[in-house]
Amino acid sequence: MEEFALVFRHLAGDNLPTPEQLKVNLPLWDDWAAGIAAQGKFVTTRRLAFGGKVLKASGVVTDGPFVEVKEQLGGFMIVRAENIDEAITLAHGCPIFDIGGTVEVRSFATTNQAILAMENGE
Amino acid sequence: MGNDPDIITRLFRNEFSKMVAVISNLFGLQHLDLAEDIVSEAFLQATESWNIKGMPDNPTAWLYSVAKHQTSHYFKRHKTFNRKIVPELITEQEDPAQPQDPDFSDGNIMDSQLKMLFAICNPAIISEAQIGLALRILCGFGIDEIAEAFLTNKETINKRLFRAKEKLRKENVLLEMPRGPEINNRLDNVLHIIYLLFNEGYYSTTKNETLRKDLCVEALHLGVLLTGLETTNLPQTNALIALMCFHASRFRARQGGDRSLILYEDQDKDLWDDELINKGDYFLALSARGPEMTSYHLEARIAWWHCQKNDPPEKWGKILQLYNQLLLINYSPSVALNRTYALFKAKGAKPALIEALKLKLDNNHFYFTLLGELYKNIGDKNAKASFEKAYALATTYNDKEILMRKISGL
Repeated sequence: MEEFALVFRHLAGDNLPTPEQLKVNLPLWDDWAAGIAAQGKFVTTRRLAFGGKVLKASGVVTDGPFVEVKEQLGGFMIVRAENIDEAITLAHGCPIFDIGGTVEVRSFATTNQAILAMENGE
Repeated sequence: MGNDPDIITRLFRNEFSKMVAVISNLFGLQHLDLAEDIVSEAFLQATESWNIKGMPDNPTAWLYSVAKHQTSHYFKRHKTFNRKIVPELITEQEDPAQPQDPDFSDGNIMDSQLKMLFAICNPAIISEAQIGLALRILCGFGIDEIAEAFLTNKETINKRLFRAKEKLRKENVLLEMPRGPEINNRLDNVLHIIYLLFNEGYYSTTKNETLRKDLCVEALHLGVLLTGLETTNLPQTNALIALMCFHASRFRARQGGDRSLILYEDQDKDLWDDELINKGDYFLALSARGPEMTSYHLEARIAWWHCQKNDPPEKWGKILQLYNQLLLINYSPSVALNRTYALFKAKGAKPALIEALKLKLDNNHFYFTLLGELYKNIGDKNAKASFEKAYALATTYNDKEILMRKISGL
């Protein structure tokens, strides 16, 4: 078993989910997550609030690029799966799809991989 | 005039742990065996004397005075003991003139028992031994009773207790309440042991009903003991007590006349113990102060729903939500199965079956029982094969009996 991150993105700016949409959508998350936990494959999850600040290299702090971008980060979940295909199967039924979002399935880089990449001059 | 053996057993159960705690508090945990010996000797003397003269009006006071006498006797008789232990004692005592007098006042009993509870639930000892030691020292169970509860023999239990005590000595565990922030971590462990003790009684496969019930009652006592102190009377403590009250309230209803268990759906609700349900309600309300949501909180709320005599339409939806949250903080196959059952009751057999098939608990007879139930509900012929698989995996007579009825009822 390996750990994978499911990264949730949803529409941003003018297309941000409405409070009415969220009222229907939010209760679905526990159901879906518990379905993964019931298989013993859930590690942890966090949901992000909509607002926040962004720091740029120049030192300028803005209220986020949330108006200009099409999609924004909504949260993440860490799951255990045999391989990335199984992790994708777990992502099926994620309530993010109901509000026009996506799930990005990523594996974690290991320290060894990072060192190898450095040695190869990547 | 003879003694009623039940009264003696009950007296022993009630007083043994108090007396051992108080005397150990005096000698130090290193001499736990000695404290046990003194208390056992006091009981022996008591029963012998009562057999001849009859039971005194206040047997507890009688026992305390014999134990006091035994303790001071021990001091006089054992010079080595005096030489080695007494100097240490004197420095710790407020009144060095009388180091050997155990104080059996209510306040000191509670204080000593709480210290003992924290000492025994020390993370240094492995949990199986902890439960055994807790049963012996905190609940006053006999070795044979502990062996029966664990479905094993006396030698195994004796060995286990010996190792646990040795560990207490080696780790130099002290009889003292943890202080400051440490108390929270240690309390988690104490609550967990009480929870295991209760489950041992509630789900034990031993046929001895009285023993099982006593186990649950003692676990409940230990939980209530923790409410005596501000630092341990926390929301999670109250949640655990509520959980135990709600479960224990169905004791009478779940026991069939022929020693078999009566399933929840077939129970006579009039046999539920309203007093315990009210007590559970009281502690559940106390548990809700503060933001904590421990697994005890969630389990207590699930148990609360199961104590509602009328079935409101939202019941199973609420139970499903609670199981969802429970799974997210604390996975176990049985929680996964219960959650799937709640899903079935709340949303129907079809969605529950889809989720159940993902669980793949291939060695678990409850899993195949649930699958059988779900298939049966949608009229699928896989029901029979599932129940048969469950039957093959089940180990107890009771479980096999229930499954046999399900198969022939298809």
